[in-house]
Amino acid sequence: MRFVTVSGPPSSGKTAVILKTVESLRQRGFKAGVVKFDCLYTDDDKLYEAKGIPVKKGLSGALCPDHYFVSNVSESFEWGKKQGIDILISESAGLCNRCSPHIKEILAVCVIDNLSGINTPKKIGPMLKSADVVVITKGDIVSQAEREVFASRVATVNPTASIMHVNGITGQGAFELSTLFADANTETDTLDGKSLRFSMPSALCSYCLGEKRIGSQYQMGNVRKMDVDNG
Amino acid sequence: MDKQQILNIDFSELLAEFPFAADFFESQGMKIPQTSVKEFVKNLTDTELEDMGIDPSEFIHNFVTFIEAVGSMTEKTASIEKLTITGGINKKGEAENFELEINSGEIICIVGPTGSGKSRLLADIEWMAMGDTPTKRYIKINGKDPEKSWRFSPEHKPVAQLSQNMNFVMDLTAREFVRIHAESRFVQDIDNKVELIIEKANELAGEKFDGDTPVTSLSGGQSRALMIADTAFLSKSPIVLIDEIENAGIDRKKALQLLVGEEKIVLMSTHDPILALMGDKRLVIKNGGVAKIIATTDKERENLQELQELDKRLLDLRNRVRMGDMLETI
Repeated sequence: MRFVTVSGPPSSGKTAVILKTVESLRQRGFKAGVVKFDCLYTDDDKLYEAKGIPVKKGLSGALCPDHYFVSNVSESFEWGKKQGIDILISESAGLCNRCSPHIKEILAVCVIDNLSGINTPKKIGPMLKSADVVVITKGDIVSQAEREVFASRVATVNPTASIMHVNGITGQGAFELSTLFADANTETDTLDGKSLRFSMPSALCSYCLGEKRIGSQYQMGNVRKMDVDNG
Repeated sequence: MDKQQILNIDFSELLAEFPFAADFFESQGMKIPQTSVKEFVKNLTDTELEDMGIDPSEFIHNFVTFIEAVGSMTEKTASIEKLTITGGINKKGEAENFELEINSGEIICIVGPTGSGKSRLLADIEWMAMGDTPTKRYIKINGKDPEKSWRFSPEHKPVAQLSQNMNFVMDLTAREFVRIHAESRFVQDIDNKVELIIEKANELAGEKFDGDTPVTSLSGGQSRALMIADTAFLSKSPIVLIDEIENAGIDRKKALQLLVGEEKIVLMSTHDPILALMGDKRLVIKNGGVAKIIATTDKERENLQELQELDKRLLDLRNRVRMGDMLETI
């Protein structure tokens, strides 16, 4: 089975892009499925179900969504194999922009939208910087100049990525994106033993363990302090 | 300069040759190196490495790719002099049976009802289709198959798209807006380019505007004029796709002349008779395929003049309404 990680900031259009791409993959004869990772709530699984796409959803709740993702990705992969899926797509929201769900030797896609502002590419970490494909959405509602500026800023942050424009509503560009999914030579049997492209956001401090009180005396473990006196 | 040189020479020397090299570090939220890039990466602390959000070897690879990509962008890349579209099949599976050559400076209109497949044709051109899209069409650039890698590189994007319902998201003045665009294209002589674009946009716009006007305050016609002038002089894409130019607040003839004057190929989706006759050819789309190609005839062109006079009369009346005149005699 092939695996593709799709990630991106909340509301950037991941689900819409995946829905349209899966439609094109079907026309090419691939059976595609989706694992949707979210934090507190999602209804997106119903959108996939309505299109007859096998879907599994996972909510991280109180845990870091990124850590939750990596703890469950291998099991999701096994689920996909049992469903007889050819291409399994994981969808996860990069909630803190430091998320890093991409896996070595597995096609990595980052979805960001034109409306998020031209400085956004700078603000996103490994999710964008280490992606193989960057999909830019919502191009139909901004000017040509802004589209060009945005794409150029993405190319500055990640010069090696293939940059594509996809319209999640009309599906323009989704066929082209499905070409990349279909051509990606990433057939694999298991995710066990594979490695993330970059370490996950790390933290192990008293607040991770449920501390609620504010103040230095309550802070233990991996704590980093701002330099408020200088600069 | 090869990869080793890029990484090993002092960053200030690198900057002298590639002034844009600093943009890469700035976009990663980092300070500009005081040493060579190799030294710089070697001396990063563990925390800095983690904040960088990318593997050091990948970072170096990305940097070199960036320098090479932007370097080739500032050089003048081969332009499109000739675009060839070879027909495939329509939605019913019937052959389209056409081969169309479009030369730079030509205006091609695309006509057909909503949902007839206009967008797919434009998508085929944008994707530089090689028989690998649902329509099985082929696109050739200057008589040759395009490089597949062009599909994914912003600097080779062949089509600039001026859609009808566009908005400005950036809250900037017209001048600042054009400047940011120019910077992202790494053009030389930015100041003159910016002034030229504002000046040309004003020649197109029915109502003049100042360069210090926020883009969000421009009228529909003014923003359209600004985008057309901007595309003519700043966009590297040799093909411009226009989705109808409304007959309001903009000199449409001048707008088209500006674009073709810059050696662009103009593809225009329109149902306006004046614009249609300004085109050299019309592609009629039906059932997802090109059903007919009409070359504008002399007889049609003769009518253009009459249509333009009608158009002018209507425009004058609009202006009179704007100025608060009565329309008892027209």
